Parts: sequence; structure tokens; C-alpha cells
Amino acid sequence: MTKDIPRPQRERLASGLSFERPIKELESQLTELQALALRTRLDISSEISAIQNRLQAVTEETYRNIGAWETVNVARHTDRPAAMDMIAALDEFIELHGDKAFADDKAIVTGLATLKERRFMLVAHRKGRTTKERLACNFGCAHPEGYRKALRKMKLAERMGLPIVCWINTPGAYPGIGAEERGQAAAIAENIMAMCSLKVPVLVIVIGEGGSGGALGIGVGDRVLMMEYAYYSVISPEGCAAILWKDGDRTSDAAESLKLTSKDLLKLGVIDGVIPEPPGGAHRAPQLAIDEVQRTILRELRGFDGLKPEELVARRRERYRHMAAIPGRFPSV
Amino acid sequence: MADEKQNNPGEGDAGLDKLGESRFRLRKKKEVPTGLWLKCEGCGQMIYRKELEERMRTCPACEFHFTLPGRERIVLVIDEGSWQEHFQDIVSIDRLDFDEGIPYAQKIQRAVERSKQKEALICGLGTIHGRPVVLAVLDFTFMGGSMGEVVGEKIALAAELAGKLGRPLVMFTGSGGARMHEGILSLMQMAKTCAALAQYQEAGGFSICVLTHPTTGGVTASFASVCDITLAEPGALIGFAGPRVIASTIKQELPPGFQRAEFLLEKGQVDRIVRRAEMKDTLAKLLDYARGPVLEVPPAPAN
Ligand SMILES: [Zn+2]
Repeated sequence: MTKDIPRPQRERLASGLSFERPIKELESQLTELQALALRTRLDISSEISAIQNRLQAVTEETYRNIGAWETVNVARHTDRPAAMDMIAALDEFIELHGDKAFADDKAIVTGLATLKERRFMLVAHRKGRTTKERLACNFGCAHPEGYRKALRKMKLAERMGLPIVCWINTPGAYPGIGAEERGQAAAIAENIMAMCSLKVPVLVIVIGEGGSGGALGIGVGDRVLMMEYAYYSVISPEGCAAILWKDGDRTSDAAESLKLTSKDLLKLGVIDGVIPEPPGGAHRAPQLAIDEVQRTILRELRGFDGLKPEELVARRRERYRHMAAIPGRFPSV
Repeated sequence: MADEKQNNPGEGDAGLDKLGESRFRLRKKKEVPTGLWLKCEGCGQMIYRKELEERMRTCPACEFHFTLPGRERIVLVIDEGSWQEHFQDIVSIDRLDFDEGIPYAQKIQRAVERSKQKEALICGLGTIHGRPVVLAVLDFTFMGGSMGEVVGEKIALAAELAGKLGRPLVMFTGSGGARMHEGILSLMQMAKTCAALAQYQEAGGFSICVLTHPTTGGVTASFASVCDITLAEPGALIGFAGPRVIASTIKQELPPGFQRAEFLLEKGQVDRIVRRAEMKDTLAKLLDYARGPVLEVPPAPAN
């Protein structure tokens, strides 16, 4: 959680984006030249297009070689499109609040959604954009009531026969006193268990940070996809480095070791696909990224057509029961 | 918090195993030379080791329930001669080439040599006062009871075995959570175990989980919290995040007794706290209630 990160570490975090420096430099050169052209009416279009070409090449090159720790920082980028940006791009969204027991946890947003000809129930982590929003959303770290709200709405979707779409974007479930008192672990466990039995299709997309159990708490699906520069991990690189090496400077090693990128997860067989991002990451061209997510949702939802509820449940349970298993490694009963 | 070493250094629901191990090692190093006495985690008193062992590893002064090695747990709850271990040969492998200084493969090897068992989960068949069960014990003394692919698989197999044999499933947990050396694969065990339990419960299976000291992270946040009955041993540290992570997040001292079994009972998070000495009898009684509404052998009619 950003608010708890002491200053030196915050600087280190920022340095996780230092790999973008060559891109940033070219981008600012380009802006300057474009401004100059406007101001002076000089014909520098050839210079501009040369820089544009270099920018494109450098961006592609930089992102082709992006490391795990850099990926984590891209996934956390504040300009990256998050739930509310994607909700704004839907054709309709009717938010449904609250867990009807304790509170309305703003770290998870739920509601009825329409995209083109498709209706679905949306369940998404919400981080907020402004400082005020971020505080209200607890930086995307949900409490038990958030998971229980998600569960209520998923059960509602089941009753209504609507598919469920989940967008994962959380550093993790909140570690606090109230969260423990109200059963954070049990809330997540109950969601995982219930999601194994939902009789409607569940599409999961990791759009940013896939932080551990807090992510999985709304993350059990028939199809699980990741955006290209999202990450999904059992523990944050910072947490891992602190435990293994008692050293915050080794977050990069930890990120690399944890195999948390979309490419890694696809290779391990944990996810079904990767949603490509615009060159240089979704934060460079949010609208393009959102368009691609929308196309993917429509394609995936159409793919569920005609599946019987029992078939869905059996396949989903089978998927997790033997997830990423090496054939023949384990005995059967 | 009785002891710093007790705390979960993990974040969210991952990785207590490091701590579990170091505690284990520490105990050996520190205590083997003197051997006879050790300090209670609950009240700080020095306890004579023999006495502790005779009292099922509970403190004579404060009743603190020490972590019980898996094998001792089986002896305590399963009828003598009825135990039949299953799936004991499944071993963990290092699929991520995880190297923290020593390769994960080597860490497993060491844990295996030290504990003379192949993984943290022990699973088998046995009877509890004559009642047949499938028992699964997550042993904290093996890499902090952390859940990787093998632990998850064995929980799932235990549920399937119980389903196939029509037996209740009894589980004991002691765990720091997911085993981070297995990365995302360890996280997925939370879903794997729940998928198997969902199948088992839907078919009518009955399950009891006993949370013992300490149980945190991905184990609490998955199979351990979705059984029909949730019991806890007195004083057990139980939670999602470890106390140290919470304290450093909220920058506040934690209230006394926070995340202990009694606290959880008070907050409505566990069904019942059961002392180790009464565990076997209690389990037998609870299992009887799962046999139906009519007693098989009704008490003799009063004259
Ligand atoms: Zn004591």
C-alpha cells in the first residue's frame, strides 16, 4: 500500500520505471518539436517523423525486454486504465452496493453492466484515481465486506442467469484489525469455494495487480486472462524480498524469481490467454487498451454461449483441481 | 504476542515457512545443548521438557498449546493400530528454479532429511474411538506447514478419498500460508483444495477442520475455513495476515490477544475451542452427529 511505504522505498519504487527513460526523453523531444512547429510554422515534419519512428522503435525494443520488476511497476502505474475508466467505457453500468451485512466496501465495485449486445454482472477491484478516491477505495485493498459484497452479487448473477466478469487489480486483501475481526481469511475462502460452484460463466481478467489471496477472492473463473503487463503473484516482490533476504533492494530479484508476468503464467498453464497492450503499455494509450479489453470480453462471453450449467461447474472444478499439473505426477483416488 | 519469532513475517497470505523453519532450527540449536528446559511461548515460564511432552505439549502453568509435530498429532487422535498412511511418497519439485541463496530443491531435500517425511501434509485412514475417518494433518514443523502443489494435491486427494469411502474428513492445520518458492502455483492450491472440497461437500461429505498454532495466510483463506465445523486449539494464532504485517501496515500496536483462538471465538469466527486433552473425545462426538438424527444404539430404557 502506497501510503505505508516509507520515503526511501518510494523512491526505489519510482526507479522501477526508470527503464522508461529513453522513451520519456524521445516523447518530450517530440512534444517540443511539435510545439515548435505550431509556433513557428517551420517545416520540420521530417524531423518530427524521424523522432516518431525512433520513438516507436525504442518503445517496442524497451518493452520487448521488460523485466518482471519493471512489469510490476507498469501494472501499478497511476495512468494505467483501472476499473472506473473501463466502467466509463461500458454502454451501461448500474452499480449495486453493499454486502447487506456490514458495509459497502469501495475497494470492490459491483453492478449490472452492458457492453454492446451483452449483459453481465461486473465485479472489480477499485483503486481510485485522485488521492481522495484512493483513500476511499483503500488503494484497492478490500476488507471482508468487500468479498462478501462480491459474493452476494455473484449469487445474484447466478439467479438472474447472467455471466460474471471480474477485473482484478489489487495489491492484496487489507491486513488490518477490523479485517481480521470480521474474518478476512474466511471471506476469501468462502468466495473461492462458492465460485467453484457458480452455475453461470465466470470470466476473470487481471487488469493490473494480481495481489495474492486478495486477487483470488474474486478470481476463480472458467477463463482467466491477463493484460500483457499485469502481474499475478502469491506475494508482492517487496514482501518476498523482505522475508527471504531481509532486503528491500532485492525486490527486483524477488519479482524475477516469483514468475509473476503474464508470459510466465501462460507458460505455467495458470491462465488461458494474454490481452495485448498498446506499444509501451496501457498507460501510454488507455483508450486503445480499453478497446482491446472490450473486444476480448465480447469474444469470451460469446464463447460461453450454449454451455450447460452443470457442464460449466464440472469443467471449472476440473480446471482448478488439476491446474498446471504435470501429467502423471500425482496419483488418483 | 508472546514471542517475536511467533509472528508471521509473510505479507497477506504468503510465506511463513521461512519463519517456521528458522524457529525449528533455533529450537534445535538453542535447546539441544541444555535440552531439559524450554520457555513457554504463552507465559514465559521455564518448562521441563519431559513434562511438556507428557502433557501433550501443553504448558502446565498457562495451558498454552505448543505446535505439535504431525506424527504426534496422529498418535493423539487416531486409535492405535488403525492408522494407514496414503500418498506419502509424493514429493515437491522446483518448477520455478527458485533460488534464495540455496535452491528450493535443496531446501526440500533438507526438510525431508530432517523430518523423515516427504512433505508437510500427512494423510491417511484411521479410526477415532472406532469411527472411521480420513485424516489430513498439515505439519508446521515441515517448512512451516506451507502449502505448495503437493500439500494442495494431498488435501484434494484426501477429500476425494473420503468421498470415495464415504468417510468424514478431519483436518488439522498449522501453516504460515502459501509456499512462495512455488509462486503462483502455490496460490492456485487455494482454489484446488476448495474445488475438491466443493465436490466432496456436494456429494454429502462431512468435514471438520481444527486450526492449531499457528494457522495463517493462504491455508486459513482456503480449505481450512470452508469445512462444516471449524475448531481451534486454545491460544492458537489464527488469521489471514500475520501480526507483524498488520502492525507495520496500521502503525499501531495490536490489542492483547489479537488473532488468538479466544479472540476469534469472541468475534464469531470459530465454532468452538477444544483443548488438546479433549480433542479426540470431542471429534468422536461431533462425528456421531453426522451419522443422522437417530442413535444407532439407543440408551437402555429407564425402569
Ligand atoms: Zn505457559
